[in-house]
Amino acid sequence: MMKWRTLCTAVALTLMAGTVIAAKPAPYAIDIHDDHFEPETLTVPGGTRVKIAITNHRSVPAEFESSELNREKVVPAGTTMELWLGPLKPGRYRFFDDFNPRVTGWIVVPDGGHPR
Amino acid sequence: MIGALVIVFREVIEAALVIGVVAAAVKGLPHRGRRVAAGAAIGVAGSILVAAGLGVLSRLADGRGQELFQATVLVAAGLMLAWHNLYMARHGHEVAGKLTAMGSAVTAGTASVTMLVGVTAIAVMREGSEVALFLYALAAGHAGSAGLALGSLVGLACGAAVGFVLYLGLSRIPVRRLFTISGWVILFIAAGMFAHAAGYLVAVGWLPPLMAPAWDSSGLLSGTSVAGRALGALAGYTPAPSLTQVLFWLAAFVAIGGAMMKHGAKPAGARTMTAHATAAKDPVQES
Repeated sequence: MMKWRTLCTAVALTLMAGTVIAAKPAPYAIDIHDDHFEPETLTVPGGTRVKIAITNHRSVPAEFESSELNREKVVPAGTTMELWLGPLKPGRYRFFDDFNPRVTGWIVVPDGGHPR
Repeated sequence: MIGALVIVFREVIEAALVIGVVAAAVKGLPHRGRRVAAGAAIGVAGSILVAAGLGVLSRLADGRGQELFQATVLVAAGLMLAWHNLYMARHGHEVAGKLTAMGSAVTAGTASVTMLVGVTAIAVMREGSEVALFLYALAAGHAGSAGLALGSLVGLACGAAVGFVLYLGLSRIPVRRLFTISGWVILFIAAGMFAHAAGYLVAVGWLPPLMAPAWDSSGLLSGTSVAGRALGALAGYTPAPSLTQVLFWLAAFVAIGGAMMKHGAKPAGARTMTAHATAAKDPVQES
């Protein structure tokens, strides 16, 4: 019985910890256009969770995808979707629109921004 | 046209490989073809619904709708695969015995029917909705529609062919070994589905990534390549998984694999079953 309670408390605390991290606002944005991303290179801090708002300005659906970031998300035409990334290590991460794969962009995490 | 071919092929191959394995794994189940077709039809209908209702789906749960939906169907498919594997660990010897003795259809458990139809439907729906959205995006763009249609059809045919070849290859294996091998492959597929589901929950911030990425093997095997996609469908490969995904993969593998061993690895019982199966070859005893 005690064991269960300890386990439940541990799970609850972990979830709460997750919520606290998730609640941190981070106003990063990427706009999807027909022939480019805006910005084409987005710099975000390393070592922390960051929220990115992705807006599709095309008249057709887009899929924000990056195997390096391990993310894929469909963004319907004219809508904004939010995405959580990280904590990321310093480096350059390529992303693209899977429905329009010629168009690519980069997320850059600079060195030494955040100790990890 | 080539663009459409490649992208449709990449999506279709993922579903086709999974369907090829599960169809081979239920050898002896009556009306297998019809059941796969039913699952695929449900999947196509589902993918059109998902693609059409994407705006609504995306707005659910504070913009987490897509991920939660994907995670839910992946967990459902993973559970069906696990259920089938446990059923086969218990009854596989009987099924194999009847099959080798009579070479005919066997009365299969609900587990196998549910798994075959359900997993086919989910696999088709997941990949189909992406294909539908992609084709819509392409058709609404500048690409010629005739080339687009042709490319998509060729991509679909090639993807389906790969799944069918895998099915034929597996089907040639003697039935007893087939059940062992398909059980292992299904174990890998299921572990991959749970890991993939965990990835979606990490993406919406419901699970911590713990360490992201745990490694990055995109230089070794890219996640967008055909081989990377195939390994993704069959074993949950993703080039840069978070530690949480890796842990979910391991936990699912150990839990399902352990339960399979517990239910299946009873040498004495297995020998009795084999004896039964041999006895069943005697026509007098059987009918």
